[in-house]
Amino acid sequence: MEFKQWENFNKGDWTEEINVRDFIQRNYTPYEGDDSFLAKPTEKTEKLWKEVLDLYEKESKSKGSVLDIDTKTVSTVTSHAAGYIDKDLEDIVGLQTDAPLKRAIMPFGGIRIVEKSCEAYDRHVDPEIDEIFHKYRKTHNDGVFSVYTPDVRAARSSHLLTGLPDGYGRGRIIGDYRRVALYGVDALIDQKKNEMEELDSDNFTEAIIRKREETTEQIQALNALKEMAKSYGFDISEPASNAKEAVQWLYFAYLAAVKDQNGAAMSIGRTSTFLDIYFEKDLKEGKITEEEAQEIMDHFVMKLRLVRFLRTPEYNELFSGDPVWVTESIGGMGIDGRTLVTKNSYRVLHTLSNLGPAPEPNLTVLWSERLPKHFKDFVAKTSINTSSIQYENDDLMRITLGDDYGIACCVSPMKIGKQMQFFGARANLAKTLLYAINGGRDEISGKQVAPKYLPITSEYLDYDEVMDRFDTMMDYVSKIYIKALNAIHYMHDKYSYEAIEMALHDRHVYRTMACGIAGLSVVADSLSAIKYAKVKVIRDETGLAVDYEIEGDFPKFGNDDDRVDKIAVDLVRKFYRKLKKHQTYRNSDHSLSILTITSNVVYGKATGNTPDGRKAGEPFGPGANPIHGRDINGALAVMNSIAKLPFDSASDGISFTFAITPGTLGKTEESKIDNLVNMLDGYFKQTAHHINVNVFDRSLLEDAMEHPEKYPQLTIRVSGYAVKFTKLTREQQLDVINRTIHEKI
Amino acid sequence: MEENLDLRYYAKVHSVESFGTVDGPGIRFILFLQGCNLQCKYCHNRDTWDLNQGQYRSLEDILTQVKKYKNYIMPNGGVTVTGGEPLLQVKFLIEFFKELKKEKIHTCIDTSGMVSITDDIKQLLELTDLVLLDIKHINDEKCKQLVGFSNKLELEFAKYLSDNGIKMWLRQVIIPGYTDKREDILELKKFIKTLKTVEKVELLPYHSMGKYKWEKLNIKYELENVKDASQDDINKVKELLGI
Repeated sequence: MEFKQWENFNKGDWTEEINVRDFIQRNYTPYEGDDSFLAKPTEKTEKLWKEVLDLYEKESKSKGSVLDIDTKTVSTVTSHAAGYIDKDLEDIVGLQTDAPLKRAIMPFGGIRIVEKSCEAYDRHVDPEIDEIFHKYRKTHNDGVFSVYTPDVRAARSSHLLTGLPDGYGRGRIIGDYRRVALYGVDALIDQKKNEMEELDSDNFTEAIIRKREETTEQIQALNALKEMAKSYGFDISEPASNAKEAVQWLYFAYLAAVKDQNGAAMSIGRTSTFLDIYFEKDLKEGKITEEEAQEIMDHFVMKLRLVRFLRTPEYNELFSGDPVWVTESIGGMGIDGRTLVTKNSYRVLHTLSNLGPAPEPNLTVLWSERLPKHFKDFVAKTSINTSSIQYENDDLMRITLGDDYGIACCVSPMKIGKQMQFFGARANLAKTLLYAINGGRDEISGKQVAPKYLPITSEYLDYDEVMDRFDTMMDYVSKIYIKALNAIHYMHDKYSYEAIEMALHDRHVYRTMACGIAGLSVVADSLSAIKYAKVKVIRDETGLAVDYEIEGDFPKFGNDDDRVDKIAVDLVRKFYRKLKKHQTYRNSDHSLSILTITSNVVYGKATGNTPDGRKAGEPFGPGANPIHGRDINGALAVMNSIAKLPFDSASDGISFTFAITPGTLGKTEESKIDNLVNMLDGYFKQTAHHINVNVFDRSLLEDAMEHPEKYPQLTIRVSGYAVKFTKLTREQQLDVINRTIHEKI
Repeated sequence: MEENLDLRYYAKVHSVESFGTVDGPGIRFILFLQGCNLQCKYCHNRDTWDLNQGQYRSLEDILTQVKKYKNYIMPNGGVTVTGGEPLLQVKFLIEFFKELKKEKIHTCIDTSGMVSITDDIKQLLELTDLVLLDIKHINDEKCKQLVGFSNKLELEFAKYLSDNGIKMWLRQVIIPGYTDKREDILELKKFIKTLKTVEKVELLPYHSMGKYKWEKLNIKYELENVKDASQDDINKVKELLGI
């Protein structure tokens, strides 16, 4: 391939084939300096951002925080006319519909969920669309329910299997949006045409036929992408020729994806260092200034903050809002030892200062012990000021994933453009344990949900007996879990195929069947209680175990105590092995995550009393966190417990949510930064995978008063003294809030 | 059984904190020892006074625990022993610090210094990298009222540290109306000037977050009507001290 836009780039494999990584490696400039080069927002940015803030306010005042819905147009890549916030001010253009924050309907996943969502906000789907999708066009949701088996249905409605993407978009696929900027759409279409030629063999199997059909859809999607860009006045058939175009081309590709799919997580990938190559070139050639470079990034991020999907209030309850998870992975180290941190890694993080903190895009720093010192300090400082950064262990992931992977959603790593996952939500492991004790009956409804295995009838629980029954029940759950996921992803591919995202992948895609578990710490503590204390069973008149009395103390997960931590580790390994027994759709490889996001609260609500003393309805610990309030040795003890969980058996991610007060991090700004950096280094050195750092401000503390379960590690520390915030009385909490709010960070 | 324990190898422990960041430099493993010889009215760890409470833990057990945090504390942190009054368990601390020194871990003691300087104390201080010395009150009469004891011992302790080249961070809890009088602060300043090894002076604002611990033990909290020290209170003292 040859383009004039490539004139000043170092050539290599990437010019002969689609290979973004090779382009990056040959052309990027690692940056080891500090943040002093960063620019403040321009006047244009401030003006535009003010308009966005006004829109936000209008949105939050609207019913259900939904500003507007286009109920008449089925969303596709080209469905809507060009939309703008304020055309003259926008460096980067493109909206999902013809107006900002107006939500689109995406009925290919399921028409009922769209109807329900509209009704929740006092709107109605256009009757014609209703008719089409009820009468003539089958959806993903219809497909799944036409094949679900009774065991899966029962497990689903009793919350043994939870949050399955059978009524919403599975998401967690990252298109390599950079390809559009680097190659232009035409070269990508050519590549797909070549693939079509390869997919013409004498052995015309079902797999090849399916692949041909998909590739055809991909080519159509790429053509649609070109058309959409044209409606904004851009011809993206050829490569981008400067930084602004590179961002614009890349964003168009992402925009096409979020117009096509209402996915549970729509990550953007690992784009900032790629884009830095264009910024560096423009800066060197004197075409732009640092202020202009920052402005482009600010406007890009603004667009990412405007992505909206139409979802039901139940969905929002599950995830505390309607997150998009526009995850951008930043930094990390290359396998050749050079850092992948560039000036543009700083710029994208600096948007948190220029535009203020925000959960989207979900900025994720790939942490390595070898990251440049200045960069570590800068992200720690930004973390402390904004609480908007999460960290993942690059030294751990680089081993298997190389240096061009990105994070989908919160913790799931995948090679960009080469790998995707079949998102599988999670199995409720705490409920599985209760079913083991009750011989497959649900502890709340009393219904026989799982097969009638022998229930435990003794007065006190015996560890070996419980483990034996639990093992059998885990076998059963893993079997029906994979059944459910196979059905879901077969139908998702068939009725709601992510054509544009997959068009930005290689022909050979590595697929994982991404299973998950909820309630790990509940089960670990329950088994620990059974093993190290005495647990008496309370049964109702039908013999159903409904409650437990614990006599004596027992080790609890989150205190760096091997006796219980090992139980958790073994559980993860065991459940993973059980999943692997079952054949998966498209021969995907099994993977496992320990992640609940905020759904730990809802899962807890649906689960009865557990043998660890947790009461019915009480939340689980989020992700891999210990249960709220059970850790008594401080934050590092919790981290050590979590770091023990094996990434090789949970390669889809192990999530840890950490909240801390600024004063607890240290006394001076310098020592806070230093301590956070050392904490992260120490944690990741022990092969931990992920951490979300919340450094509280007033609103966070107020939220902690209302929802203590969300802030399991929130400790107030002053010299020689430490207390869990949530253990204080309401009056004391208010007092602390009033005191700490005056603290200067 | 407890009477037979060799107190060089066992400590009476209140609790531990794995992520200490405000008691000495860097990230620190904090060992809270049980038992105190003072009766500070403003104490925020009232539950650490009683020597009969707490739990005996072996040296080996504690060391194993500390070592688990080496990845976090090694760059510039260490171990801080506080309490209660840690120097009441000096024999244990000698053995503990010997072991920490073998591991090249920075050692720190947070103390009132209200003890006689025995040979044991001397030996311990040789193994100590930093002392956080809490000056209770520079005025002896007021000191007696506030904490129940004369400040004579702790001022001698400070002098000993200074004479023997042991680094210290001097600390003073600022309790509005009790420890922030102008003449006292100026007196304190004069005293600090006589010391050669003071690396830092830390003013700790009084807070009432420890009150609930007194209430839990059904003991009357005497500073009921004293307000928490504000940033202003601290700034005033800082100015007087010239720090």
